[in-house]
Amino acid sequence: MHEIRYSAPATVPEAVALLAADGGAARVLAGGTDLLIQLRAGTCPARHLIDVKRITELARLEWDASGALHVGAAVPCWRLAEDRRARATFPGLVEAAALIGSTQIQSRATIAGNLCNGSPAADTTPALIALGAVCVAQGPRGSREIPCESFLLAPGRTALQPGELLTEVRVPAPAPRSADCYQRFTPRNEMDIAVVGVGASVMLGPDGRCTAARIALGAVAPTVLLAPDAAGVLVGTTLDDAALDRAAEAARAIARPISDMRAPADYRRELTGVLVRRVVAEAARRARGGK
Amino acid sequence: MSASDDPKSTGQATGGAERRFRVVGTRPVRHDGIDKVTGRARYGADVSLPGMLHGKVLRSPHAHARIVSIDASRAAALPGVKAIVTGADMPQVSGATEQAGEGTSNPRWLSDNILAKHKVLYTGHAVAAVAATSPHVAEEALALIDVRYEVLPHVLDVRRATAQGAPILHEDLRTQGLPTPSDQPTNVASVVLFERGDLAAALRAADVVVEREFDTAMVHQGYIEPHNAVAQVNPDGQATVWCSTQGAFDVRHFCAQILAMPLSQIRVVPAEIGGGFGGKTTIYLEPLAILLARKAGRPVKLVMSRAEVLRATGPTSGSHIRVKMGATRDGRITCADATLLYEAGAFPGSPVWAGAMCLLAPYDIETLRVEGYDVVVNRPKTAAYRAPGASNASFAAESVVDELAARLGMDPIELRTRNAAREGTPTPAGPRHRRIGSVEVLEAARRCPQYLSDLNAATGDGHLHAGGALTPPAAKRRGRGFAIGFWFNAGLQSSATIGINADGTASLVTGSPDIGGTRTSCAMIAAEELGLPVEHIRPVVADTDSVGHTDVTGGSRVTMATGLAVYEAAQDVKRQLCERAAALWKTEPGAVRFADGCVVASDGDTPKLALAEIAKQLGRTGGPVVGRATVNAQKATGAAFAGTLVDVEVDVETGKVDVLRCTVIQDAGRAIHPAYVEGQMQGGTAQGIGWALNEEYVYDDEGRLLNAGFLDYRMPVALDLPMIETVIVEVPNPRHPYGVRGVGEVSIVPPPAAVANAIANATGVRMTTLPMSPPRVLAALHAAGVGVGREETRVAAAT
Amino acid sequence: MAIRTQVSLTLNDEATDFLCEPRQTLLEVLRDELDLTGSKEGCATGDCGACSVLLDGRVVCSCLVLAVEAAGREVTTVEGLADGERLHPLQTAFLEHAALQCGVCTPGFLVAAKALLDRNPDPSEREVRYELAGNLCRCTGYDKIVRAVLAAARTMREANGGGGRARGE
Repeated sequence: MHEIRYSAPATVPEAVALLAADGGAARVLAGGTDLLIQLRAGTCPARHLIDVKRITELARLEWDASGALHVGAAVPCWRLAEDRRARATFPGLVEAAALIGSTQIQSRATIAGNLCNGSPAADTTPALIALGAVCVAQGPRGSREIPCESFLLAPGRTALQPGELLTEVRVPAPAPRSADCYQRFTPRNEMDIAVVGVGASVMLGPDGRCTAARIALGAVAPTVLLAPDAAGVLVGTTLDDAALDRAAEAARAIARPISDMRAPADYRRELTGVLVRRVVAEAARRARGGK
Repeated sequence: MSASDDPKSTGQATGGAERRFRVVGTRPVRHDGIDKVTGRARYGADVSLPGMLHGKVLRSPHAHARIVSIDASRAAALPGVKAIVTGADMPQVSGATEQAGEGTSNPRWLSDNILAKHKVLYTGHAVAAVAATSPHVAEEALALIDVRYEVLPHVLDVRRATAQGAPILHEDLRTQGLPTPSDQPTNVASVVLFERGDLAAALRAADVVVEREFDTAMVHQGYIEPHNAVAQVNPDGQATVWCSTQGAFDVRHFCAQILAMPLSQIRVVPAEIGGGFGGKTTIYLEPLAILLARKAGRPVKLVMSRAEVLRATGPTSGSHIRVKMGATRDGRITCADATLLYEAGAFPGSPVWAGAMCLLAPYDIETLRVEGYDVVVNRPKTAAYRAPGASNASFAAESVVDELAARLGMDPIELRTRNAAREGTPTPAGPRHRRIGSVEVLEAARRCPQYLSDLNAATGDGHLHAGGALTPPAAKRRGRGFAIGFWFNAGLQSSATIGINADGTASLVTGSPDIGGTRTSCAMIAAEELGLPVEHIRPVVADTDSVGHTDVTGGSRVTMATGLAVYEAAQDVKRQLCERAAALWKTEPGAVRFADGCVVASDGDTPKLALAEIAKQLGRTGGPVVGRATVNAQKATGAAFAGTLVDVEVDVETGKVDVLRCTVIQDAGRAIHPAYVEGQMQGGTAQGIGWALNEEYVYDDEGRLLNAGFLDYRMPVALDLPMIETVIVEVPNPRHPYGVRGVGEVSIVPPPAAVANAIANATGVRMTTLPMSPPRVLAALHAAGVGVGREETRVAAAT
Repeated sequence: MAIRTQVSLTLNDEATDFLCEPRQTLLEVLRDELDLTGSKEGCATGDCGACSVLLDGRVVCSCLVLAVEAAGREVTTVEGLADGERLHPLQTAFLEHAALQCGVCTPGFLVAAKALLDRNPDPSEREVRYELAGNLCRCTGYDKIVRAVLAAARTMREANGGGGRARGE
């Protein structure tokens, strides 16, 4: 690994100042589970790491009065996965957080880092997009909000401007009779990267028909895709097999995967449909009150 | 005493069933256990010397290229850099092929693999090495070495490499083993052929013929500890090397050979070793460490990264195999025809000969033809991997046998039993099988709890990942598969000494690095013979100057062959103790015998003396007692069979295969330490399942390995496997005093075929390519029209 | 020469200081500077778990932690598992169940298993396999490791009064 500088600021303004001062040479260090590998492999040119884990406000995992969940940028996955209310409220997001790497990785890796790493195969990103989550960024010119689905621009590239720090991810309170689910497909049962990952949330009306849905697809395009057409065909249906098939078809239609050592493109496209069916069916089951 | 060419002459009545053991067959805690659970055990990378430098190796980014020039001047100028070596620093060595360990070796190829001279032959091929004051500085220095390459066309695939006009790796390579020698440059290093009977006639006469072609991917041994070496060279040229190796004497031999040094100038100290599976029977870093240490005048440590391990060390051959078998309607396999093409990697020496010999070895087949080709390709030079070559061959043969059984409407194990090789059956290569346990393994398989269980009764959620719960029942198909595998087991040479301490305890010195508990199995043999508690024996693995020559820990040979040396050394101790007792009792040595840990006079009057009592009197009866023995155990070997029974669940929408239940049935001959015998059986099975399902080398069009890490080289994790049930069969090896055959390898042979047979049983689809990864299985299911129809989804799972 | 930073932390229950470069990982410092070589490097990418240590009680891959990040934290390595000469029940169980062959993954498994049992004293086989999925073993096929962890859990529950929660949450 090349030589690096290390800073551990105590406040967000300090961190932002350091980031802004060091231009492109600085990178935020949260869990480090991707960053340190990239540094060692020589694929990340950063010369200055700004460790945000000593910033108290970024270590907060909190629910506000509206029922929204605020996940600070330094909150490791395990805290989300072990949070009782999160498990009950956003089981899909928790599933995604518990799928990232191993227990060891979950001790370090953060939801925010998973987003900032910019991988289209990130597990929590489709789950967050399905829930309509919002990224909160703090920069030299103040704070702004970016919907999760707009956060990724390309593999490894995010909407953050130079000097901006992602401080938290906010997950809005769930609607009544709604639920989410995330599943990925990997050849191994653990310690693998999603060949395809699908997050979905569905909302049901009192009559059990779907009133709203969001579906997000991971690892089938340069960024995680929101699939509005696939979600749209579900609205007004009872989420029966025919509806699931139409959603699967619509999702397959927008998937534009690549072939790589993890899987061929046509396989990924097919699995997109399979997972959309399974994930929406499970989200629907949960929304109907199934445990 | 020494050289027991015929161990029966000194061993006791064979068959062993009559003998009642006191220590053999028990499960003591291993002697090195505490060191290994407390972090105290020193592995190669844990060795650290005063003033030590850290080395790194520069590797080729090209699959095939001529080295035009190497300019290391900028690297040499970097502060902290102390030495740099390139191919120019390596002596010229002979190009003659020789027998080494389990296979063959050629010093020039070995030297060229360790450091490229004129050409690089695979991505990852070593080009230069640097020693510096820290690993970080050494790494920075690598980036400052300018190597100019002239890139050449490359070839990765055995069939392309053997086609007309293929890029040639070695201009001077000529095919060995051809009936008529050829002087054409070629990538076919050698051909092996076994033939008997009139194949065409036998095929015509067969009622059923099955023919299939198979492809298997290159896979890696996957030991968790990367290769490492620390070297120190004194001004007089004396070198000491610390490294993790399966054979310290082989490291010494190879280093001496390619560095043109006398054996006596090199001492190799085997550190604890973090897995090898055959991959640590050769050398990579050791000569570089010696050269760098000599140049720098300071000790140098080299440790590979995981990417280097995968790119540049040990894989075993990928292969293309065609098998055709004929049988009569009543289930007699009458003939077989097989052609095997194995990737050797960049230099000759694939285990195709072993594959060719093992492919049909479980069966008694009158007419056969087996032809094998050793083919060089632009991939890392292959190294031994647990029963080298046999798993590929077994995958092909056992798949075809399974299909024959289906075509004949016979139970697959019944068909195998009917055709099983037995004592006296000629092997494909000609020599007859000695006493083997093939039928006993097949019979035990039919009695094991899994075989007797209902396939659909297993819950299957004992180990599955939570996501599996979302698989709709209609997408799940269950199947059960079985396969049997054969492996020779090696003999080779071993030495052992047993020193009797004054308090009646003993120290046991061998030269066999302990990968899986063999210190303890050897100590158990000494304890059994000397009538001591096993805890009173201290087993030590010594360096090359502290014990007699001992060949590799490989070929399943340590407990068998080094154990035989220990057994003989114990006889030597007993003989000497009897002499001492005779001196004390003023009688003839012949009038004293050793029994149950005591010296006993045959007169019946003299009170017997326990070993501890006579040990006290060694000083005044002639000095210390050290028993020693050296053996060439070639004539004590006993071949091994293993069967794998596996239940799988296939998700027909994703092609994913989960192993629900698995049993391995293996003939150990005699299980000295049953827990470690089970461990070998389970470990080989797990590797075989990984080979079957997900492990493979994936290259891009430029010949670069894409998955050079543990994330994408997908070895099984704990959640991928069920408990692995074991059935130890004991058909004693008549040529070994305890009946030991060796247990380290054969369990890896049948799993790929067993899994393929289970998939066929579950889905009706025959997989012919390894790994049977989800995309491949799904494509095969689609091609066969197997899947979940939308109408089917609402129907209950029907398997 | 790169600038070295002083780091103070609690290492295996003892206050410890060391100097390191920011680019050095915790694993590098443990092994090369502090001679605690029980933690192994198998991959340096967080995929094998051989370098597992406890950081403030959570299991982490020490190859993916910079040594400077450990300042002020509590680190436990395999060398800190035994209580003097008294082995941890997991260590005893690994010996009694022959749960190691080459032994190079063993330190990581022991540390990860300790983290598991500290949080969940009565895990199911599935939970053990899930929690230890980040630790690769190539020798054993995991069978005896899983059995040893389940046995150690039993021993520890019995030592703590035989309690333990019911299976499945």
